[in-house]
Amino acid sequence: MQYLNHPDLLIKLLAQLAQGMGTSLYIFFFTLLFSLPLGLAVALGRMSRHKWLSAPVAFYILIMRGTPLMLQLFTVYFFLPRLVGPIPRLESTLIAFSLNYAAYFAEIYRGGIMSIDRGQYEASQVLGFTRAQTFTQIILPQTMKRVLLPVSNEVITLVKDTSLATAIAVGELFLSAKNATSASGSVEPLFIAGLFYLAMNTVVTIFFNWLTHRMEYYRG
Amino acid sequence: MLEARNIAKSFGGETVLKDVSLNVPNGQVVAIIGRSGSGKSTLLRCLNHLETVDAGEIRIDGQPMVTTGKLGTPVYAPKEELRTLCLKMGFVFQNYNLFPHMTVLKNLCQAQVKVLKRTREEAEKRSRELLAKVGLADKADQYPCQLSGGQQQRVAIARALALDPEILCFDEPTSALDPQLTQEVLGVIRELAQEKRTMIVVTHEMRFAREVADYVVFMQDGLIKAEGSPDAVMGDQRTAELSAFMGLLGDE
Repeated sequence: MQYLNHPDLLIKLLAQLAQGMGTSLYIFFFTLLFSLPLGLAVALGRMSRHKWLSAPVAFYILIMRGTPLMLQLFTVYFFLPRLVGPIPRLESTLIAFSLNYAAYFAEIYRGGIMSIDRGQYEASQVLGFTRAQTFTQIILPQTMKRVLLPVSNEVITLVKDTSLATAIAVGELFLSAKNATSASGSVEPLFIAGLFYLAMNTVVTIFFNWLTHRMEYYRG
Repeated sequence: MLEARNIAKSFGGETVLKDVSLNVPNGQVVAIIGRSGSGKSTLLRCLNHLETVDAGEIRIDGQPMVTTGKLGTPVYAPKEELRTLCLKMGFVFQNYNLFPHMTVLKNLCQAQVKVLKRTREEAEKRSRELLAKVGLADKADQYPCQLSGGQQQRVAIARALALDPEILCFDEPTSALDPQLTQEVLGVIRELAQEKRTMIVVTHEMRFAREVADYVVFMQDGLIKAEGSPDAVMGDQRTAELSAFMGLLGDE
């Protein structure tokens, strides 16, 4: 009980972890910022009638979902710089995470879009909506509601996946805890970090519950 | 005025429409009757470009929607022209197909604003008039899921009317409804018929067809087997096939 018995050490630890959490949250928010819209583009590419577009996109999704995220992170951090020049750790993380999560979001969106009744397209057509209008005004809003639950799953996973950035020494929450453990020989920092992740995901869960509730204004 | 000539359509090798021609003059109500699988819904869907024809020609007010090209295959009008042309037709689906995420009012307004470029005020005014007409003035701010099937279908009719189509098409508009709700919807269609609106109604309601239609078309096996005034087609002189069909329904 090295930390719990020494409030001064505990406060110092909490400050370190809080700083690490700031970086974790940074990765979290920016990954979502990029991957949520990118996922939509990927979904549309995957659903394209043109094979030259849908086939490579399907391959991209296969790679992203079929190989470890940590390996993708290494690839971006160690190999991508050979092609484009140095990429800082944090940016490497954002690139790898965004590309990876976009693939998952794409498949979730695709499932949502495909679940919309054909009648909605037909009604849109007879009312004279263009294909773009049909998608943005009729299909997409309904898809949003249907994908909320699976998307929340991914978002919760992302909170925990930010810890993978430890592998390329990004100073996020998990690395802060690991360093504290190494320095002190106590595992307490790791468990306290666990509570930090739990706290973040509690907030995420509450947020999605609220969003789900807000979407309940219609059935369907 | 709508003219369809020699329409043919098959799905995956199964011929649903063999060779169907139909004229719908302005101000007339045409009822299309026949058993399930006779091709009547497919015909209506072809007229609204919800299906593409394999052969044949369709003209609305003389303007070609689809004609026969040099190679004998059907050639549709260019995309934008087709969209404008199809706007002359309104369509009411069997299962309503309202937009569940929009209020009733927005269901009616959206296309007026986005497609016909009416102002929101104009669109709302027109929508409220139409909702009053179908007896649902008080439901403007509700969502479709809060309405009964009959009410949803009346909203769907109002939504189609909101774009001021020249011809209104109904694809078995009461098939999903119980007898009481059916009467609500038929009441609205009856009223539209009295206003001399041009309509094509695919229906199983024989009595209704006989009462409201100016012209009845009986289809079987992808062909029109009988057509003419309701009395001529459905009266005592009716064909054996139609008698058999009407007997199946237990009607009359």
